[in-house]
Amino acid sequence: MNADSFETVVVETDLLILGGGMAACGAAFEASHWAKKHGQRVTLVDKASMERSGAVAMGLSAINLYLGVSKGKNTVEDYVRYVKNDLMGIARKDLVANIARHVDSSVHLFEKWGLPIWKDEEGNYVNEGRWQIMIHGESYKNIVSEAAKSALRELGAYGTYYERIFITEPVMFGDRCVGAVGFSVRENKYYVFKAKAVLDVMGGAVHVFRPKSVGEGLGRSWYPPFNSGASTYFTLKAGAEMTCQEVRFVPVRFKDSYGPVGAWFLLFKATATNAKGEDYMKTRAAELENWAPYGTSKPTPANLRNYLMLLELEAGNGPIYMRTDEAIQKLVAEIPDEKEAKRKMKELESEAWEDFLDMTVSQALNWASHNIMPEESPSEISACEPYFISSHSGASGAWISGPKDLAQGEHHWGYDNMTTVKGLFAAGDASGASSHKFSSGSFTEGRIAAKAAIAFCVDHPELTEVNEEQIFALKDKVLKPLRVFEEHSGYTNDEDVNPNYVKPKMFMFRLQKIMDEYAGGASVGFKTSEALLTKGLEYLQFMKEDAELLAAGDLNELMRCWENVHRMWQAESHIRTVLFREETRWPGYYFRTDHPNMKEEWEVFANCRWDPETGEWEMFKRDLH
Amino acid sequence: MPSFVINEKCDGCKAQDRTACQYICPNDLMVLDKEKNKAYNRAVDMCWECYSCVKICPTQAIEVRGYADFMPLGGVVQPLRSTDSIMWAVKFRNKKVKRFKFPIRTTPEGTIVPDAGFETGSDDLKSPILRTEPDSL
Ligand SMILES: Cc1cc2nc3c(=O)[nH]c(=O)nc-3n(C[C@H](O)[C@H](O)[C@H](O)COP(=O)(O)OP(=O)(O)OC[C@H]3O[C@@H](n4cnc5c(N)ncnc54)[C@H](O)[C@@H]3O)c2cc1C
Ligand code: SF4
Ligand code: SF4
Repeated sequence: MNADSFETVVVETDLLILGGGMAACGAAFEASHWAKKHGQRVTLVDKASMERSGAVAMGLSAINLYLGVSKGKNTVEDYVRYVKNDLMGIARKDLVANIARHVDSSVHLFEKWGLPIWKDEEGNYVNEGRWQIMIHGESYKNIVSEAAKSALRELGAYGTYYERIFITEPVMFGDRCVGAVGFSVRENKYYVFKAKAVLDVMGGAVHVFRPKSVGEGLGRSWYPPFNSGASTYFTLKAGAEMTCQEVRFVPVRFKDSYGPVGAWFLLFKATATNAKGEDYMKTRAAELENWAPYGTSKPTPANLRNYLMLLELEAGNGPIYMRTDEAIQKLVAEIPDEKEAKRKMKELESEAWEDFLDMTVSQALNWASHNIMPEESPSEISACEPYFISSHSGASGAWISGPKDLAQGEHHWGYDNMTTVKGLFAAGDASGASSHKFSSGSFTEGRIAAKAAIAFCVDHPELTEVNEEQIFALKDKVLKPLRVFEEHSGYTNDEDVNPNYVKPKMFMFRLQKIMDEYAGGASVGFKTSEALLTKGLEYLQFMKEDAELLAAGDLNELMRCWENVHRMWQAESHIRTVLFREETRWPGYYFRTDHPNMKEEWEVFANCRWDPETGEWEMFKRDLH
Repeated sequence: MPSFVINEKCDGCKAQDRTACQYICPNDLMVLDKEKNKAYNRAVDMCWECYSCVKICPTQAIEVRGYADFMPLGGVVQPLRSTDSIMWAVKFRNKKVKRFKFPIRTTPEGTIVPDAGFETGSDDLKSPILRTEPDSL
């Protein structure tokens, strides 16, 4: 494939939304309204088809964030307290509160748009847990993306979206972000988007660490293989300050297919036990005191629940089981009438299968392949490999401005959700320190960020002239893997084995091996230390050099090359921050063997910034407030 | 494996400029072999088993065979998705079959009105009031 044949397409807009997932759809919905009033243009760019892109591609079986404030069910303060405790004290209260005070309105919109939400006999939403409501969510993403597209259409020629364009790099003008570049994965086109404000909502990252299955099952990570760290790369390369890059997420899920456990714990009230049938949350309760005050608060933080399970495995007490059989039998036993009990059994069975079929079909297939009936036998659960997903129970992302009326001190600097780079905004998995947003909260945060970004556009009416040299240089850089391949592929008899370049797949495996073995991946029980991290960083430097020799034979491989460059930067910021924070705060996510305890002096945010001028990393602490 | 294409059933989406499976796959895995006029999954080990391609294929040519590195043979989970509901057939290795039907949408496709009848209470671009608020709260 000839890199010289690539046409350059320039698109001018006012607000540029990068990504097409939950946060991007919320942003498009909100931005259209304000853009129409103020004569601004809005453009959205997704690497896939919005109808099924991002983490909600398959659908979901629950909305994990709904407060029900107008119904008097919960308060915003309740939610903030819960999130902060779950993250062992490290969370931005202003950001969490901002999302929480708006999220119910997003959920009410979803319902009007056509999302079926479970209702009880009185017409109230059915709760899974305190904050979660049950949905028939197979088409969740189809519905939300239709609303986003329909909102963009309200803008006429001022509202556009592009699909199958992979975004690689930010375009800068001094200290301001003024656009992005990327390429089409369908035709030989290099895209330049020029904008007044840019919203980064390209999701989290997976396949930075080695997944537990490395054959065909490689792609069955809990987090979707198509979110590859573009968000972090983009804000880092723009020179934005990042936060919580050490706070990865390690979910515990049904083993191998990674089916969800939320409904089993919360709705069906199932218990997880070791092989002997012991409930380790009870037998190991004393361990939680070592992590007070968070460990002794209820509910127990997610990482500590993992940790107790990992201790069981270390003690040789595996496998770990979700006692689905006992849970179902107990629920049915509560009903004295035999006919009624039978009906209940059928209902529970259907609910249990729907939970998988709505959001992890693979798990249903796994049960079918193993002849597992949840009402008859328990199922194994286990810890997944680490992921970067700040909208869930991780926290890594850009450091953003909080709202004026909620943020304290230096946590507010002008526009809601703006990063430390002018004109660059972030939301969903792209913004950090505000965990537990989930699908509804990410959509909501996209709305908050988009409204603020339109205000930024109105306040900065000039469209900055983008330096042509920068555009040419970026084109060269983006297409380089095609040139490398073209130049060298004829040298050997096997295009995958060539001393002059590296193909993206082996590059990814190398990254995963380093991260797994040195940065506390699944195969080493999530343990690491200064010595291991330093060694890992050393190996990463070789990778950074070899990244210049990535080779792509076609557009699909070009995308894979860039996905793995993005992952590599996510990896580096992670290692550096794990190294910086000299304590163990989230055992169950990772454990520093050289600093095995939680320390008071680390009751702070660990932030970092890569300086585009010097290429150096800065690490620093920020107050919690 | 992830998703596979049954040769006999795939008609290459009747030579339209893009095939349904290629249009939808969030990981850009489905491609059309132009010579054979059949689609295929180009990287089965990067497939999430999200079933987007399975659900959208107009000829039901795509199915999923569980990842061979941990699933025994014999299980099949196959959906049939309509505009308002989805039907699932779950076949076990031991030949038992279970069927489930769930609603997926309460409004006809293509009819969404963004504001959904809610009014926006403020025109102030700098206020914390978002589109459709406070009405929708
Ligand atoms: C397995 C799983 C189960 C979950 N279960 C629930 C649940 O039950 N309830 C709940 O409420 N939440 C759940 N969540 C959380 C929810 O899915 C996320 O919080 C939400 O999707 C985050 O929104 P986002 O917009 O940040 O990212 P996403 O929705 O993932 O969107 C990312 C977008 O960026 C695009 N993109 C990525 N890279 C590029 C690039 N380089 N160029 C252009 N575009 C790019 C993608 O195509 C996609 O459109 C779950 C998440 C996972 C992974
Ligand atoms: S959607 Fe179905 S019929 Fe169309 S190309 Fe793909 S497999 Fe073939
Ligand atoms: S199952 Fe999903 S990831 Fe796999 S090929 Fe089909 S659409 Fe792509």
